[in-house]
Amino acid sequence: MVDQHIKLPEGSIEKQTTTLNLGPTHPATHGVFQNILELDGERIVSAKQTVGYIHRAFEKIAERRPLYQITPLTDRLNYCSSPINNMGWHITCEKLLGISLPKRVDYLRVIIMELARISDHLICNSIVGVDTGAYTGFLYVMQYRELIYEIYEEVCGSRLTTNIGRIGGFERNFTNTAFQKLEKFLKEYPDVLREFENLFSRNRIFMERTMGVGPISAERALNYGFTGPNLRAAGVDYDVRIHTPYSSYQDFEFTVPVGTTGDCYDRYLVRDQEMWQSLHIIEQAYKKVQEFKGAEAEVFHADVPEYYLPEKKDVYTKMEALIWHFKIIMGEIDIPPGELYNSVEGGNGELGFYLISDGGRTPYRLHFRRPCFVYYQAFEELVKGSMLSDAVIVLSSLNLIAGEMDG
Amino acid sequence: MSLTNEAVKQRLIEKFEGQVANFDEPYGMLTFEAPKEMVLKVLQFLYDDNELKFQFLTDLQAVHYPSQPGRELAVVYHLHNMTNNVRIRFKVFTGILQPDIFTATNLFAAANWMERETYDYYGVNFVGHPNLVRILNADEMDYFPMRKEYPLEEQTRVDKDDEMFGRG
Repeated sequence: MVDQHIKLPEGSIEKQTTTLNLGPTHPATHGVFQNILELDGERIVSAKQTVGYIHRAFEKIAERRPLYQITPLTDRLNYCSSPINNMGWHITCEKLLGISLPKRVDYLRVIIMELARISDHLICNSIVGVDTGAYTGFLYVMQYRELIYEIYEEVCGSRLTTNIGRIGGFERNFTNTAFQKLEKFLKEYPDVLREFENLFSRNRIFMERTMGVGPISAERALNYGFTGPNLRAAGVDYDVRIHTPYSSYQDFEFTVPVGTTGDCYDRYLVRDQEMWQSLHIIEQAYKKVQEFKGAEAEVFHADVPEYYLPEKKDVYTKMEALIWHFKIIMGEIDIPPGELYNSVEGGNGELGFYLISDGGRTPYRLHFRRPCFVYYQAFEELVKGSMLSDAVIVLSSLNLIAGEMDG
Repeated sequence: MSLTNEAVKQRLIEKFEGQVANFDEPYGMLTFEAPKEMVLKVLQFLYDDNELKFQFLTDLQAVHYPSQPGRELAVVYHLHNMTNNVRIRFKVFTGILQPDIFTATNLFAAANWMERETYDYYGVNFVGHPNLVRILNADEMDYFPMRKEYPLEEQTRVDKDDEMFGRG
């Protein structure tokens, strides 16, 4: 017998199923992660996920960084809604340090966080559309994500990885342009969202591709550690904004939309309704912000010189500001010892920060509870027995962000 | 009836007497520890008990304390009772030479990857885990990178010693 040049794995000729590598760079995975699917015809027999392709060891890096230098790390978790991550980190630090914020700062943060939630859900829902074959919705809503990014830009100077705000507040007050853009967004976005719903919500092709695809029961979802829209789609009304309000969320009226079956269609609907709720929250927050008059309307940070980087013009003219600036930048501020878990409602679930400080200048240990790392485990259970094309929709409707998953 | 930290504490002491210890409430979250052989019993009790019902595993990770001989690694469970909205933190300490801890995967499906991550970072050996292999780092890696003996900065640098980070 001739020598066989290609060495096939044991048993690969005899087996009746096909192995398919979906990813790590397949366009349908929307991120760098791999799925090794075992297919019987087009039916999925088993799925094995590999993650970690863009692991950057943020938790290790954070152990040698002063608090303010950790904010850019959080940007790169769920980069579709980085402001929520940034704010979540600031809120965690503020809780550890015992800083309380002026109401205006809280409301401004709520505006930014809800804008981020809208942009996150917008991406997710329109990508589900793309994966079911409808590109129009995706292109159409991108200009409004662009408008959200312009608002970020006006507030902090950057767009995607925002590094927005500081411990104690914002780096500068919102400009008039920022508010004008916000008004434009509030005025125009409802029509856009309605148009987007017209494209998808009762679209027969979309419904048939998503209904009953990748369903999960409430018990299984809880057992798998689902949070955020994916858990709510399964019928559990758990929302961190309601359960443990942060940043004055208790001052706002909003409802928590829930689904029933936990399938892709319900996940789509929950996200869609959450965008309306976010819009509603932003309107209320903007109204509250406008109620501040005179000196109060100028407040955009708490008075915490040890942690809040002073304005540049003060650094050049005032001695104290210069000293604080130097101490903060050089990371020479000791953090009080403490142990704290704090979470915020991120774009795709409960984003938690477990911070241990031993009194040094950097965290002793910092762990990010990354929602999609936790719920991606359920992927096999969601797609087993369904078609290959369904797996792609399940992937996108779970809102998996590789940056967040790999930490 | 809402569940208070004090009620949880009393319930645990009633059941396990002296075996759960070191109760504390940093930033309002009830924290306690148990010997490592007890981990599943405690988790199961917290899960099953009609009053407690801590049925949601929010987070699971480890912390390395090189200065505590025999108790170098702490595995930390964050559990959540969603009905009453109470969170607790449960710690189990283990020596670093034989870091064996029973797996919680039978109780929580979510624990699977969390334990793999913890193994990957700290080398905690979760006994009974269905697939305890590295998850984020490369499979060939032969050390556990989050342990404190692997400092982040290059050691030859003199401008960044520990003193500058407040731990001289």
